[in-house]
Amino acid sequence: MTTSIDPPAASFKLSMLIYDTRYRSITFQTIALIAFLIFIGWLFNNTAQNLADLGKEPSFGFMTEQAGYDINQRLIDYNSQSTHLRAAFVGLLNTLLIAVLGCITATIVGVLVGVLRLSGNWLIARLMTVYVEMFRNVPVLMWIVLCMAILIESLPSPRDFRGETPEASMMLFDSVAITNRGVYIPEPLFSRGLGDVSVGGVFGISLDLIAVLIVLGAGLYGAAKIRKRADVIQNATGVRPRTWHTRLAVVFVPLIILLVALGFHLGYPALKGFNFQGGTHMRNSLIALWLALSLYTAAFIAEIVRAGILAISGGQTEAAAALGIRPGRIMSLVVLPQALRVIIPPLISQYLNLTKNSSLAIAVGYMDITGTLMGITLNQTGRELETVLMGMLVYLAISLSISSVMNWYNSRVKLVER
Amino acid sequence: MSNTHADTVLFVRDTMLPQQDPPSSTIGAIGWAKENLFSGWINSILTLVSLAFVLFLLAGLLPWLFSPTWSMNSLTECRELLAGDHGACWGVIRERWPQLMFGFYPSEMYWRPVLTIVLLFVAIAPILFAERVPSKLLGFTAIFPFVAVWLLWGGTIWGPLMALLGFVVAYFVFGLADKYLTSALALIAAVVSALIWWGLISPLIEPALSSALPIGLETVDSRQFGGFMLSITIGVTAIMCSLPIGILLALGRQSDLPLVKAICVGFIEFIRGVPLITLLFIASTLLNIFLPPGTNFDIILRVMIMVTLFASAYMAEVIRGGLAALPKGQYEGADSLGLDYWQAQRLIIMPQALKISIPGIVSTFIGVFKDTTLVSIISMFDPLGLANAIRADQSWNGIYWELFIFIGVVFFIFCFSMSRYSMYLERKLQTGH
Repeated sequence: MTTSIDPPAASFKLSMLIYDTRYRSITFQTIALIAFLIFIGWLFNNTAQNLADLGKEPSFGFMTEQAGYDINQRLIDYNSQSTHLRAAFVGLLNTLLIAVLGCITATIVGVLVGVLRLSGNWLIARLMTVYVEMFRNVPVLMWIVLCMAILIESLPSPRDFRGETPEASMMLFDSVAITNRGVYIPEPLFSRGLGDVSVGGVFGISLDLIAVLIVLGAGLYGAAKIRKRADVIQNATGVRPRTWHTRLAVVFVPLIILLVALGFHLGYPALKGFNFQGGTHMRNSLIALWLALSLYTAAFIAEIVRAGILAISGGQTEAAAALGIRPGRIMSLVVLPQALRVIIPPLISQYLNLTKNSSLAIAVGYMDITGTLMGITLNQTGRELETVLMGMLVYLAISLSISSVMNWYNSRVKLVER
Repeated sequence: MSNTHADTVLFVRDTMLPQQDPPSSTIGAIGWAKENLFSGWINSILTLVSLAFVLFLLAGLLPWLFSPTWSMNSLTECRELLAGDHGACWGVIRERWPQLMFGFYPSEMYWRPVLTIVLLFVAIAPILFAERVPSKLLGFTAIFPFVAVWLLWGGTIWGPLMALLGFVVAYFVFGLADKYLTSALALIAAVVSALIWWGLISPLIEPALSSALPIGLETVDSRQFGGFMLSITIGVTAIMCSLPIGILLALGRQSDLPLVKAICVGFIEFIRGVPLITLLFIASTLLNIFLPPGTNFDIILRVMIMVTLFASAYMAEVIRGGLAALPKGQYEGADSLGLDYWQAQRLIIMPQALKISIPGIVSTFIGVFKDTTLVSIISMFDPLGLANAIRADQSWNGIYWELFIFIGVVFFIFCFSMSRYSMYLERKLQTGH
């Protein structure tokens, strides 16, 4: 006969805080919490004392003071009489601009290079390998500075476009001028524009742009609807109706009508005096940063794409082929959905890296948030703590929102396991 | 019909024909080219276009690269020699070589960083090539950081020695306490004893020893550090320190203790969410504000701390990936053997998890080493910062490509060999099929 006996309910002894697993975790966590709080308190105490010694009480009042410096590349109205807050906002928009532009280009180049690295063509595959290794193993800061140097040193100056027999000429039917002061491209203009709408009195958004985006979005939505209906018909009858022309029409006809109604035309840059006037001026700093970040990140994206494609076993392709699916559809229905599951998470973390690397803009004088808030504003006001803290929070907010998108995607496409 | 058949000879082959060579167009160079370069009209076009591109590039680049300007002393001399031709001006590399390597380190003491580099290779050899180098060298690896600090910065030998002795004290206290207490308590005792040594005992002994036995090297100021020496100093420190910190952070993130986990997650996500340059701004402007009034320590040390923290957060995520990839059975197996938490980590979990995460770890190392160039933005003279300084000189005003190419090639050599080494290590540790 065995009887199970409960252990005697021992009275609590102090040593049980360490030796009893029921209490040990609480003990350690309490110690950790106390140590952590002491550390934080120590930091706060030091900071407060140091700032008091320097006579700089922490305050964010300086953000509403006049900035007094110019920002040459900007998306919204800004002049040197504007506030530091507005300067920071201009910088933030510039950061987002370079991030979006860079991500798009890097993805296109990266996917292309990644696929070509798997090409059966020996020469192409080797060339792409050289490209990837060259960009991955050299610091991105060097690529940025190098691109800037190439743009400044090797492109013709606006002066070379003058005279009877100019040394340089404009490209694409005299619409694009590439100079060492930047690239001038045609700008969209509306002769019967709707004007701007002011958002909270802070900055204006062009109504024309909003109208174009709404019409484009509606068109794309309609096209997607038509495609869904085609899917339904195909599932019901086995015959897929031909829809591409209606879909194209749904997207483009309203858009063209709207553009004509608004009096859409392009404003071309033209040489006046010592420089080009008109058109949109993309400064060298923007282009150098864009080029360098895209090419650098594209090398990493190429490796991710290659790994994603290689991760899909050949059996998948063969099985799909055995079912009689055509090669193009094998790619879109079988390989790509699985490869994307492997590709997307590291791809998004590359986007994150690109966004963070865009803070190196300060090396070429592109005024992003690092250049405005943590650069000139910091130097002018001497508020190191506040500016750096705000800058970090902005980057943190951008990063966390991108990574929450990634987590949402991950949980959506995750393979459901037991 | 039947007539013709009657005339034919019945023929049955009784021997095999000898095997024939494959058609000459499918073997050798021609066959290879046909298969790999011209396998279809699209491929042929691609090949020709890229061949033309490569040739065009080489035709432009090679004459430029091989220009006889090695002995020139200024850009104007180069231009006179080349007389209008395109050509690189390699004289800048020859003339500024010591500066690109050592920054503004006093030239009569170049032997110190050189010796440090040599010792660095001796110290990491037993780690990198464990089976070919006697493991006794690991003892030297342990004292190398202190030797390196003394060699590079100079000063009295007793400072680094006292710091080293603190670790020795901690080691012996841990050994002693481990017999009587749980390992966690022994660890706390060891840390406390080391802190007592550094904080109370060594400040008392050190001045006495320094005055009694003034052994030391001439002090070199941190501001004089520069060039690749600076990059390597910061990079190697961050690489060496970030691995253990990263392991601890990864374990903390996996921990069952919610508070420890929260602190680790918060730290990792914060560091990974901000660019390194903001952390360097903290190092250059803010760190002194966070520390007790009057503390003013070395800028290189401040940068090293921030780069190490930055690298640790990334390292932690890489190692967490390795931990997550281990099958649950490994953890359960370790538990069933009766191993406690640290024994299980040390003997079962970490060896496997680290092996899985080697590619990630090495690419983090490469990233850290590349990121050391960012210190040029807070006006330290790493190679890129020096390139600007050199360009500011009258005789080299306007020189770009030669410096960029040189710096890029050196970084490429370092990073590429690191990635090749990681491939070798992966192959060596491969135990699967």
